[in-house]
Amino acid sequence: MIRVEFLGPIQKDALELEITNLTELAAILQADEEMHEWLSNSAVAVNDTLVSSLEGELKDGDKISLLPPVCGG
Amino acid sequence: MLSLYDGALNVPTILADWYAEEATSNYGAYIPFVGTVRNEDGIDGLSFDIYEPILESWFASWQKKAQTQGAIIKMAHSRGDVLLHESSYIAAVFSPKRRVALEFIDEFVEDFKASAPIWKYDLKEGKRVYALNRSTAIKGSGLLA
Repeated sequence: MIRVEFLGPIQKDALELEITNLTELAAILQADEEMHEWLSNSAVAVNDTLVSSLEGELKDGDKISLLPPVCGG
Repeated sequence: MLSLYDGALNVPTILADWYAEEATSNYGAYIPFVGTVRNEDGIDGLSFDIYEPILESWFASWQKKAQTQGAIIKMAHSRGDVLLHESSYIAAVFSPKRRVALEFIDEFVEDFKASAPIWKYDLKEGKRVYALNRSTAIKGSGLLA
Protein backbone atom coordinates (compact mmCIF):
# COMPACT_ATOMS: atom_id res chain seq x y z
CA MET A 1 0.00 0.00 0.00
CA ILE A 2 1.26 3.48 -0.89
CA ARG A 3 0.21 6.48 1.18
CA VAL A 4 -0.31 9.77 -0.65
CA GLU A 5 -0.37 12.97 1.41
CA PHE A 6 -1.48 16.42 0.28
CA LEU A 7 0.39 19.20 2.02
CA GLY A 8 -0.30 22.80 2.94
CA PRO A 9 -3.39 24.32 1.34
CA ILE A 10 -4.51 21.24 -0.63
CA GLN A 11 -7.66 20.38 1.27
CA LYS A 12 -7.68 16.67 0.66
CA ASP A 13 -7.41 13.67 2.97
CA ALA A 14 -4.51 11.26 2.48
CA LEU A 15 -5.06 8.32 0.12
CA GLU A 16 -3.96 4.70 0.50
CA LEU A 17 -3.42 3.27 -2.98
CA GLU A 18 -2.31 -0.02 -4.55
CA ILE A 19 0.00 1.47 -7.18
CA THR A 20 3.51 0.57 -8.31
CA ASN A 21 4.72 3.78 -9.93
CA LEU A 22 4.07 7.52 -10.22
CA THR A 23 2.54 7.21 -13.69
CA GLU A 24 -0.34 5.30 -12.13
CA LEU A 25 -0.68 7.98 -9.45
CA ALA A 26 -0.71 10.70 -12.14
CA ALA A 27 -3.60 8.93 -13.92
CA ILE A 28 -5.60 8.62 -10.68
CA LEU A 29 -5.09 12.25 -9.70
CA GLN A 30 -5.74 13.58 -13.20
CA ALA A 31 -9.19 11.98 -13.00
CA ASP A 32 -9.84 13.73 -9.68
CA GLU A 33 -11.54 17.06 -10.29
CA GLU A 34 -10.51 18.64 -6.99
CA MET A 35 -6.84 18.07 -7.92
CA HIS A 36 -6.98 19.92 -11.26
CA GLU A 37 -5.80 23.24 -9.84
CA TRP A 38 -2.89 21.57 -8.00
CA LEU A 39 -1.27 19.07 -10.36
CA SER A 40 0.48 21.60 -12.59
CA ASN A 41 1.99 23.57 -9.70
CA SER A 42 2.81 20.88 -7.16
CA ALA A 43 6.11 19.13 -6.58
CA VAL A 44 6.29 15.47 -5.65
CA ALA A 45 8.34 13.77 -2.95
CA VAL A 46 8.79 10.04 -2.38
CA ASN A 47 9.71 9.21 1.21
CA ASP A 48 10.46 12.90 1.83
CA THR A 49 12.87 13.29 -1.10
CA LEU A 50 11.76 15.47 -4.02
CA VAL A 51 11.70 13.61 -7.34
CA SER A 52 12.07 14.93 -10.89
CA SER A 53 10.94 11.89 -12.86
CA LEU A 54 7.96 9.54 -12.98
CA GLU A 55 10.33 6.61 -13.38
CA GLY A 56 11.18 4.20 -10.61
CA GLU A 57 9.18 1.56 -8.83
CA LEU A 58 7.24 2.24 -5.66
CA LYS A 59 7.31 -0.34 -2.90
CA ASP A 60 4.85 -1.25 -0.19
CA GLY A 61 4.97 1.33 2.61
CA ASP A 62 6.31 4.20 0.48
CA LYS A 63 4.97 7.67 1.23
CA ILE A 64 4.29 10.19 -1.50
CA SER A 65 3.78 13.88 -0.73
CA LEU A 66 2.41 16.60 -2.98
CA LEU A 67 3.84 20.05 -2.26
CA PRO A 68 1.96 23.05 -3.70
CA PRO A 69 3.66 26.47 -4.24
CA VAL A 70 5.56 27.67 -1.16
CA CYS A 71 6.10 31.02 0.53
CA GLY A 72 8.00 31.00 3.79
CA GLY A 73 9.13 34.03 5.72
CA MET B 1 20.55 25.09 13.63
CA LEU B 2 16.88 25.11 12.65
CA SER B 3 14.29 26.08 15.27
CA LEU B 4 10.52 26.10 14.79
CA TYR B 5 8.16 27.89 17.15
CA ASP B 6 4.41 28.00 17.59
CA GLY B 7 3.34 31.61 16.92
CA ALA B 8 5.49 34.74 16.71
CA LEU B 9 9.24 34.66 17.26
CA ASN B 10 10.80 36.35 20.26
CA VAL B 11 13.30 38.26 18.14
CA PRO B 12 15.46 39.92 20.84
CA THR B 13 15.89 36.63 22.71
CA ILE B 14 16.69 34.56 19.61
CA LEU B 15 19.21 37.06 18.29
CA ALA B 16 20.87 37.37 21.71
CA ASP B 17 20.99 33.59 22.17
CA TRP B 18 22.58 33.09 18.76
CA TYR B 19 25.10 35.81 19.51
CA ALA B 20 25.97 34.21 22.84
CA GLU B 21 26.28 30.75 21.28
CA GLU B 22 28.94 31.96 18.85
CA ALA B 23 30.52 34.75 20.87
CA THR B 24 33.82 32.89 21.22
CA SER B 25 33.69 30.88 17.98
CA ASN B 26 36.04 33.30 16.22
CA TYR B 27 33.54 34.42 13.56
CA GLY B 28 34.20 37.93 12.36
CA ALA B 29 30.70 38.49 10.99
CA TYR B 30 27.14 37.82 12.24
CA ILE B 31 24.53 38.86 9.71
CA PRO B 32 20.90 38.30 10.68
CA PHE B 33 17.80 38.80 8.55
CA VAL B 34 14.51 39.33 10.39
CA GLY B 35 11.19 39.07 8.56
CA THR B 36 8.33 41.04 10.10
CA VAL B 37 4.63 40.97 9.20
CA ARG B 38 3.63 44.28 7.61
CA ASN B 39 0.26 45.97 7.69
CA GLU B 40 -0.89 45.77 4.07
CA ASP B 41 -3.97 44.72 2.09
CA GLY B 42 -6.13 44.75 5.22
CA ILE B 43 -4.63 41.62 6.74
CA ASP B 44 -4.68 40.93 10.48
CA GLY B 45 -1.58 38.77 10.23
CA LEU B 46 -0.13 35.72 8.51
CA SER B 47 -0.31 32.03 9.25
CA PHE B 48 2.08 29.23 8.30
CA ASP B 49 2.06 25.48 7.69
CA ILE B 50 5.41 23.69 7.63
CA TYR B 51 6.36 20.25 6.37
CA GLU B 52 9.24 19.49 8.68
CA PRO B 53 10.91 16.39 7.16
CA ILE B 54 11.73 18.15 3.88
CA LEU B 55 12.45 21.49 5.58
CA GLU B 56 15.05 19.73 7.71
CA SER B 57 16.78 18.07 4.77
CA TRP B 58 16.69 21.31 2.76
CA PHE B 59 18.26 23.17 5.70
CA ALA B 60 20.89 20.45 6.24
CA SER B 61 22.02 20.79 2.61
CA TRP B 62 22.49 24.55 3.09
CA GLN B 63 24.33 24.03 6.36
CA LYS B 64 26.71 21.70 4.54
CA LYS B 65 27.22 24.31 1.82
CA ALA B 66 27.92 26.98 4.46
CA GLN B 67 30.47 24.76 6.17
CA THR B 68 32.50 24.50 2.96
CA GLN B 69 33.08 28.25 3.36
CA GLY B 70 33.77 28.12 7.07
CA ALA B 71 30.34 29.60 7.83
CA ILE B 72 27.25 28.42 9.71
CA ILE B 73 23.56 29.23 9.31
CA LYS B 74 20.90 29.53 11.97
CA MET B 75 17.23 29.80 11.16
CA ALA B 76 14.03 30.21 13.14
CA HIS B 77 10.48 30.12 11.74
CA SER B 78 6.95 30.28 13.09
CA ARG B 79 4.17 27.75 12.76
CA GLY B 80 0.59 28.95 12.95
CA ASP B 81 -0.52 32.55 13.39
CA VAL B 82 1.75 35.61 13.50
CA LEU B 83 0.08 38.99 13.86
CA LEU B 84 0.96 42.43 12.43
CA HIS B 85 4.36 43.77 13.41
CA GLU B 86 5.40 40.42 14.85
CA SER B 87 8.14 38.34 13.26
CA SER B 88 7.86 34.90 11.66
CA TYR B 89 11.35 34.38 10.26
CA ILE B 90 14.94 34.90 11.27
CA ALA B 91 17.95 33.65 9.35
CA ALA B 92 21.55 34.42 10.24
CA VAL B 93 24.95 33.58 8.86
CA PHE B 94 28.14 33.56 10.90
CA SER B 95 31.37 33.55 8.94
CA PRO B 96 35.03 34.39 9.43
CA LYS B 97 34.78 37.42 7.11
CA ARG B 98 31.85 39.64 6.17
CA ARG B 99 31.81 39.08 2.41
CA VAL B 100 30.93 35.37 2.68
CA ALA B 101 28.13 36.09 5.16
CA LEU B 102 26.67 38.96 3.10
CA GLU B 103 26.57 36.88 -0.06
CA PHE B 104 25.41 33.75 1.70
CA ILE B 105 22.46 35.34 3.48
CA ASP B 106 21.19 36.65 0.14
CA GLU B 107 21.48 33.28 -1.62
CA PHE B 108 20.06 31.41 1.34
CA VAL B 109 16.98 33.60 1.79
CA GLU B 110 16.24 33.55 -1.97
CA ASP B 111 16.33 29.75 -2.04
CA PHE B 112 14.34 29.65 1.18
CA LYS B 113 11.57 31.60 -0.55
CA ALA B 114 11.64 29.33 -3.61
CA SER B 115 12.16 25.92 -2.04
CA ALA B 116 11.45 25.64 1.69
CA PRO B 117 8.22 23.65 2.25
CA ILE B 118 6.32 26.35 4.10
CA TRP B 119 2.87 27.63 3.14
CA LYS B 120 1.66 31.12 3.91
CA TYR B 121 -1.90 32.25 4.54
CA ASP B 122 -3.33 35.74 5.04
CA LEU B 123 -5.45 36.19 8.15
CA LYS B 124 -8.36 38.30 7.01
CA GLU B 125 -11.80 38.77 8.57
CA GLY B 126 -11.36 35.65 10.66
CA LYS B 127 -10.39 33.51 7.67
CA ARG B 128 -7.12 31.84 6.66
CA VAL B 129 -6.59 32.52 2.93
CA TYR B 130 -3.77 30.76 1.06
CA ALA B 131 -1.39 33.35 -0.45
CA LEU B 132 -1.19 31.61 -3.83
CA ASN B 133 -0.21 34.70 -5.83
CA ARG B 134 2.82 35.33 -3.58
CA SER B 135 3.89 31.69 -3.62
CA THR B 136 6.43 29.95 -5.83
CA ALA B 137 6.11 26.49 -7.34
CA ILE B 138 9.03 24.32 -6.21
CA LYS B 139 11.49 23.48 -9.00
CA GLY B 140 10.27 20.38 -10.84
CA SER B 141 6.59 20.98 -10.07
CA GLY B 142 3.96 19.67 -12.46
CA LEU B 143 5.33 16.13 -12.68
CA LEU B 144 1.89 14.58 -12.23
CA ALA B 145 -0.01 16.96 -14.54
